[in-house]
Amino acid sequence: MSAIMKVPKTARRSNWFAVLWTAPALIFYVAFAIIPLFIALYYSFTRWNGLAPATWIGLGNWRALFSDQVTLTSLSLTIQVMVISWIVQTPISMLLGVFMAGKQLYRSVFGVLYFIPLLFSAVAIALTWQNMLDPNFGVVNPLLSAIGLSGLTRVWLGDPHLAFYVVMVIVSWQFIPFHALLYLGGARQIPKELYEAATIDGGGRIQNFFAITLPQLKYTIITSTTLIFTGSLTYFDLFWVTTQGGPGYATRVLPLQMYITAFLNEQVGYGSMVAVVLAAFGIALSFILLRFSGFSKMSSQLEGL
Amino acid sequence: MATHSRIQNAIDTDLSHKTALAAPQPKRQFNQSSLWEIVPAAFGVLWLVFSFYPVLYMLFTSLQSQQYLFTDVPWSFPSHPTLENYVTVLENGFFTYFANTVFVTVVSVFVILVVSLLAAYAISQARSRYTRNIFNLFLLGLAIPLQATIIPIYAIVSDLHLYDTLFALILPSIAFGIPLSILVLVTYIRDIPRELHESMLLDGANHWRILYNLVLPLSRPAIITVIIYETIQVWNSYLFPLVLTQSQSVAVLPLSLANFRGQFTTNVPAILAAVFLSATPIILLYVFGRRQLLGGLVAGFSK
Repeated sequence: MSAIMKVPKTARRSNWFAVLWTAPALIFYVAFAIIPLFIALYYSFTRWNGLAPATWIGLGNWRALFSDQVTLTSLSLTIQVMVISWIVQTPISMLLGVFMAGKQLYRSVFGVLYFIPLLFSAVAIALTWQNMLDPNFGVVNPLLSAIGLSGLTRVWLGDPHLAFYVVMVIVSWQFIPFHALLYLGGARQIPKELYEAATIDGGGRIQNFFAITLPQLKYTIITSTTLIFTGSLTYFDLFWVTTQGGPGYATRVLPLQMYITAFLNEQVGYGSMVAVVLAAFGIALSFILLRFSGFSKMSSQLEGL
Repeated sequence: MATHSRIQNAIDTDLSHKTALAAPQPKRQFNQSSLWEIVPAAFGVLWLVFSFYPVLYMLFTSLQSQQYLFTDVPWSFPSHPTLENYVTVLENGFFTYFANTVFVTVVSVFVILVVSLLAAYAISQARSRYTRNIFNLFLLGLAIPLQATIIPIYAIVSDLHLYDTLFALILPSIAFGIPLSILVLVTYIRDIPRELHESMLLDGANHWRILYNLVLPLSRPAIITVIIYETIQVWNSYLFPLVLTQSQSVAVLPLSLANFRGQFTTNVPAILAAVFLSATPIILLYVFGRRQLLGGLVAGFSK
């Protein structure tokens, strides 16, 4: 009986406690993440140079978007970043993860070295690669010449047809170790008995990979894919430091277009519109991937709270 | 909990894993199985070269003297290695940038940890509709690209008269560090047996007491994960300092690297010495706490 009487009182008190204890985190988070999102939405309906008062122009910026080749190109580049990142990073990361999960000692040692790129900032990585690729004092062109491939030497980051793909190589170099780490975790989780049983049944290595490893890595694939897709929207540092979006518009991905429009060209309203496109893209993508993925397991676990 | 042990397993390169070889294979299979050792090994070595060479290049070139930069073979160890480039970097304001970065990182990570811990404890314990909604609101933050909020953040920071100060970097860094930290801490704290919590409540302990005596010790691995992950995030962040600061006196390391490039122009060895120096604390973290660091990097993602 006492339990029945206690419930409402405890619930009320625990609600106050929850409000108070979540408040500090909530204040920071709402003030500097949620509110800015709505302010960006508001700015996207204005013309504003950042100094004079903003003018409300309704859907003006949004209408202009459809005839703005530069922004549309940067949107298409960002989608290409997503697709290429996924196609390149997924298979290599998976193979590396499975490779490192092997029992051989040398594979563990390699693993220790594989993760080193994760320690550097995007700016540090950008500067290192930029110098390696430099046509005058870099190392890539001399290396190619030394092995008799001087025909392949290029102005790597200065060639509008090439620069984008070169930056994508650097992006892969930067992020594959992280995804390989995810796959390593996934591969270590696969019960060894599955392989033993399959080997007794006469399965070859390749057969085992497709029959056991790949299906068992399903959740890792979904996690890694989600992170590649949402991460692709946020590449700013690497592109900005290596190419500043050039040559021409060749590497000007969406976050760069937002930055250049708002902060360098002082079209804050229009830049905010680009920012809103970016945010909408990110949130929509996360929701879609959450729906279709085992990540929804996370929310079903929460149901049990 | 499963998450955590899995991460630990993932990065546990314990040598004892190396088990004795299986019984000798029948001779017929010998060629095939040695092929199966060579192909992955070749792939592993290729990736090692691609992955590790840029790091070697960075190190070698940072030790190169300007004088021999164009005469030495560019991919070999310098013929006359020198530390002069490191001296150049240290004499050009590096300590200021380093101290700024330490300040921003320590304050941000400390606040992230404290407020996330309070929120995560409340979310795990109160279990009401309110906390569920709040938790979902925080999770939404994982989907918001910080690039999309930088324009209003710039406006807010200017209105607060914080533009070009280190606090301009600290406030948004805290905001964007909170969602993942809360996720990691909640998944961990939720697994603490409810009976322990209830028996402490019956003994008359208040929430502070429970947090301090029960939750803190039991969620230590999650706390370490949050500290390491957020340290790397804040230490390496570039967009906030690029937009929110301007003066050399408040520059942080990633920003100063980009400035060094402008300042040293073709002094490549000095630029690369700065690059290497900027990462030293994180490299030390890796050397001394590899398992925790790698665990921190995948925190909250391996479900």
